[in-house]
Amino acid sequence: MKSFPKIIFFVAAALLLLLFVFPMWQITLIAPQYPKGVTMYIWINKITGSEPGTLQNINILNHYVGMKYIEPDAIPELKYFPIVVTIMALLGMALAFTGRWKLWMGWLVLGVIGCALGLYDFHLWEYDYGHNLSPTAPIKIPGMAYEPPLIGNKVLLNFLAKSWPYIGGWFIGGTFILGGIAVWLQRKKQSNQPQIIPIKKDIAVAA
Amino acid sequence: MKNQSNQLSNLMLAAMAAFVLLLMSCGQGSQSATTGGALSGNAAQKTYVAPGALDEFYLFTSGGFSGQIGVYGLPSGRLFKQIPVFSVDAEKSYGFNEETKPMLQTSHGFVPWDDSHHPALSQTNGETDGRWIFINGNNTPRVARVDLSTFETAEILEIPNSGGNHSSPYLTMNTEYVVAGTRFSVPIPQKDVPISSYGENFKGALSFIKVDPNTGHMNIEFQVLMPGLDFDLASSGKGPSHGWTFFTSYNSEQKNSLLEVNASQNDKDFVAAINWKKAEEYLKAGKAKDYPANYLHNVYSDETHSATSTAMKSVKVLIPSECPGLVYLLPTPKSPHGVDIDPTGEYIVCSGKLSADITAHSFSKMLKAAESKDFDGDIGGVPILKFESVLGGTVKEPGLGPLHTEFDDKGNAYTSFFISSEIVKWKVGTWEVIDRQPTYYSIGHLCVPGGNSAKPEGKYVIALNKITKDRYLPTGPELTQSAQLYSIDGDKMELLLDFPTVGEPHYAQAISASRVIPKQKQFFKLSDNKHKYAALSEKDTKVVREGNNVHVYMTMIRSHFAPDNIEGIKLGDKVYFHVTNLEQDFDVPHGFAVLGANTAELLIMPGQTETLVYEPKQEGVFPFYCTDFCSALHQEMQGYIRVSAANAGTALKWWLGDEKPVQ
Repeated sequence: MKSFPKIIFFVAAALLLLLFVFPMWQITLIAPQYPKGVTMYIWINKITGSEPGTLQNINILNHYVGMKYIEPDAIPELKYFPIVVTIMALLGMALAFTGRWKLWMGWLVLGVIGCALGLYDFHLWEYDYGHNLSPTAPIKIPGMAYEPPLIGNKVLLNFLAKSWPYIGGWFIGGTFILGGIAVWLQRKKQSNQPQIIPIKKDIAVAA
Repeated sequence: MKNQSNQLSNLMLAAMAAFVLLLMSCGQGSQSATTGGALSGNAAQKTYVAPGALDEFYLFTSGGFSGQIGVYGLPSGRLFKQIPVFSVDAEKSYGFNEETKPMLQTSHGFVPWDDSHHPALSQTNGETDGRWIFINGNNTPRVARVDLSTFETAEILEIPNSGGNHSSPYLTMNTEYVVAGTRFSVPIPQKDVPISSYGENFKGALSFIKVDPNTGHMNIEFQVLMPGLDFDLASSGKGPSHGWTFFTSYNSEQKNSLLEVNASQNDKDFVAAINWKKAEEYLKAGKAKDYPANYLHNVYSDETHSATSTAMKSVKVLIPSECPGLVYLLPTPKSPHGVDIDPTGEYIVCSGKLSADITAHSFSKMLKAAESKDFDGDIGGVPILKFESVLGGTVKEPGLGPLHTEFDDKGNAYTSFFISSEIVKWKVGTWEVIDRQPTYYSIGHLCVPGGNSAKPEGKYVIALNKITKDRYLPTGPELTQSAQLYSIDGDKMELLLDFPTVGEPHYAQAISASRVIPKQKQFFKLSDNKHKYAALSEKDTKVVREGNNVHVYMTMIRSHFAPDNIEGIKLGDKVYFHVTNLEQDFDVPHGFAVLGANTAELLIMPGQTETLVYEPKQEGVFPFYCTDFCSALHQEMQGYIRVSAANAGTALKWWLGDEKPVQ
């Protein structure tokens, strides 16, 4: 695999595997009594926090307003997303060897659709946590929902909630940028070598 | 107007003088005095720590007759915590809950109080390291170790053969040893003899307690059995004098009554210099005798969140007359109190409290005198070195009633004077007095951050005063004691702040906060909790009856107990509430109290388990609740326990909320 675009595309696909090394999203809650904030990290396969007790602490805060407990075991996506990502990464890495930019393009489009679906799914979960409140919640504020922003900052009662992609998420961005560059380079390279195709044709005819 | 201009010109003169002094000190290569002398800046600004900002130093003050340690910030003088050490503390349940009761056990039974005098921060290479702070219990002789990751008492060791543990802990420069010299000599081993047989029967034990460098655990390595004297204070060597510990003594007259007169007759008493490295050789050579003894060793574990008490039955004793070179006596004028070694380790500064001078012995001269056997008799086989052969220097008539000396990082010494109520600053080596400042009133100890170590941090000297009279709002016959903060950045000391202290402050030690903050524990991990009766989740909660003992495995989390309703308790039962705080966040303790319990509340840190014993005396339904305002629904954090007659048929059951009661 000496071709430069192939290497780039291979790397782009491989970047997806970093989702197992870094969290892809972070949600931080900030309030005066939490000067450093409480940060929850969403991985492809788990949910962790800035401290070992973070999830428990967020759940304790949430229970006052009747939000459901965030229990990673009860979120099926954390089980099948890793499989999808692994397959996508391996497929992409295999496609790199073909050098066929149209296949690469197709893989990237598939990835974009996958990410969009993932974000939509994330939104559904956030909506569910934020709106599906216990009728026996100790604190009830009419009309109030506690859905954190899909991306960006939002004030929820005494907390400022910040929701942004994190290292793993930046690498997904990297996948698309590098993948796009690889497609572009490969396409340019192949359109600069038109003589190869006729030769192939001749051989075909000769055969 | 004239007055004002006079004042102004005085100010200008003083400022010029300060400036000249500043230039002089710079000329000597000192980096001191960037803030100048007495008139520079304003004191309030120098002690102001803005809201939300942190102090630069921790100050640990002994509680004296409170038996505790006070924790303050400098330069603000704000009180953060009282660490319970030798006295029970109802607020923290120390000595009240089942877990900490063993900490206060002694060979005399449960002793709920002591008199704590001298905190000693652990050191590495002669520098305070922020791991532990040790403190002595004077009355029922003990030494305690406080862990500075939790600011809780981790260990208490009773000292056998001691009549009052005053010259303690005064640890060595790598915390190899903590020492414990007896203030009162007593018969050793204890026996029933006439008090007047003092000279014949009474001995003074100087204990050397080995400290495990990893765990901090203490163990009495050996005792040196000295003639019957009162061993007052101590200091361990550093640099060249590392390997030696020095104890002051009074009552060389060996009297046992009306000591204020009878023990004040001799012109000179003694400093006992103990070569503990030599002692280690004698120990190895098998020179130590096993003396029967009876003392307790109490250790608290942050895993079981409980203390254990172990009875110890013997101690190794070295007799100086059988161990040449182990001890020398240095004649010292007159009833010396404090003994303090300068940062270089050469000078042993002794404050003869009835003497007009401060005497500094020279360590190098002492070694030479010992080598050439420059003796002036002996007491009980312990050689007395000639005064002239060991004298290193004298500060002439600096004040009245010198007690203690601390050092800064620029070669200066600061000595407290009880009678003339002042701090005197003098130069080590030239013995000249540089400055004196009054204290309000009657200073005892004083403290410079790191001021007894090989590497003083300097910056401040803190006066620890015995009397306040008119300095604070009056509070009836008992007035507060106080500390005073002086800046020592300049040549002249500058009084910045008065602040009250809890209990009587004897000695205090201060340390840069940056050496302590990184070691702080924020909460205990639940997964590390090895308490025998811990419930690590609400699923593990239960109530178990064993005869008349009922064990409640309870949990607490914002904002409820589990279980919070309990029935089936009967009169005559002993109910053990084992309560585990399930929180895993910083600064979320919960409390627990039940109506009618004959003990203090529990105050439980996140991840910890504590036990309250409740022996109900009346039938009825009694509430329990959280005593530490924990959350928005703290007030709802409550429950009930139903107490039935001894012969009632009420079934034992418990529940939380709508769940089905467990039987």
